[in-house]
Amino acid sequence: MPTLNNMPVVDALQVVADLCCGNQLVVTNQGSARIWPKLRRRSLDFHYNPSTMSGAIPLALGLALAQPQREVVAVSGDGSLLMSLGSLVTVVGSGVTNLTIVLLDNGLYEVTGGQETPAARSAVDYAGLARAAGFPSTAEFRDFANWQTQAADVLALPGPRFVHLTVSTAPPDYLTSSTPPLAEQLAGLQHALSMED
Amino acid sequence: MFTGPEIESVFAELGITHVVWIPDTAIGPWESALAGSSRLRLIRVCREGEAWPLAAGLHLGGQTPLVVMQTTGLFESGDALRNVLFDLKLPIYSLIGVRNWLVPQSRDTAKLFSEPILNAWGLDCQWIADPADKPKLAEHYRRCRAAGIPGVALMAEGAP
Repeated sequence: MPTLNNMPVVDALQVVADLCCGNQLVVTNQGSARIWPKLRRRSLDFHYNPSTMSGAIPLALGLALAQPQREVVAVSGDGSLLMSLGSLVTVVGSGVTNLTIVLLDNGLYEVTGGQETPAARSAVDYAGLARAAGFPSTAEFRDFANWQTQAADVLALPGPRFVHLTVSTAPPDYLTSSTPPLAEQLAGLQHALSMED
Repeated sequence: MFTGPEIESVFAELGITHVVWIPDTAIGPWESALAGSSRLRLIRVCREGEAWPLAAGLHLGGQTPLVVMQTTGLFESGDALRNVLFDLKLPIYSLIGVRNWLVPQSRDTAKLFSEPILNAWGLDCQWIADPADKPKLAEHYRRCRAAGIPGVALMAEGAP
């Protein structure tokens, strides 16, 4: 179980938040949906909670297909991705190019208390899975300094992109934080999209 | 029931922009007409559970998606349906093929559980059980759109 590493999850997400601004859409869920609102709040960041497990990537794909003029970033946990690895194939098969998947891998079902995923002890090569699915651009980072230095370049690679970050568990006060109300978020997102169209 | 060109025409005239699907043997023959359409786009998913949030993203992004799958996929994707239609409250319309509905002696559980589970969800359903029912698809879709609610067209199928 990866309990020690050099990638604090909050810092790792702050890098994404700092780079994904302007008209970019960001979809978070599970643990990241609880962390991200403490880092930044704006209408184009959708915190998909309550969600269906593994739903963030398909929802972000739908947004990317609907809004091809925007870049869309999906932040997914490893437990969610494991529930629908085929979604990587769906992304590539759709032909979408304006989508980035940022995978936060801590080997745990974090929001349910930190139980291990089936992959916790097997060091799954998620970036390799994405490459095998046909992603033209993949990267993986275990060290925060490397991620911080290279993130902008990685997010500028040809899409769809897949970034595997091996991260620490979230501080408890982040996981108990609530996400903004769903109805408020949906109204804000649709309003923001209609205003910018 | 519908030929590929017929269903493409119905979907396009309803303003559907994306068909998100996993086909079965009755729906599968529509593929060439849907994939070749200049008026809508066919999106293939690997698992039915992806279809609902993908359609949700399309809807939130301003498009008009339709979800197409068999009842087996409906059962598989129940949590995703629950989340998208009831938590997010998005009025996504779907067309569900009901395997073996036209085989009276069939005890196929994919047939037997189709109506009870949709009734349990409380979804507004319309059967397309006979060629004479074909116009009901567009009528029901328009009623659901006008009411801002999700709807389900149940298309009766024979044996696979």
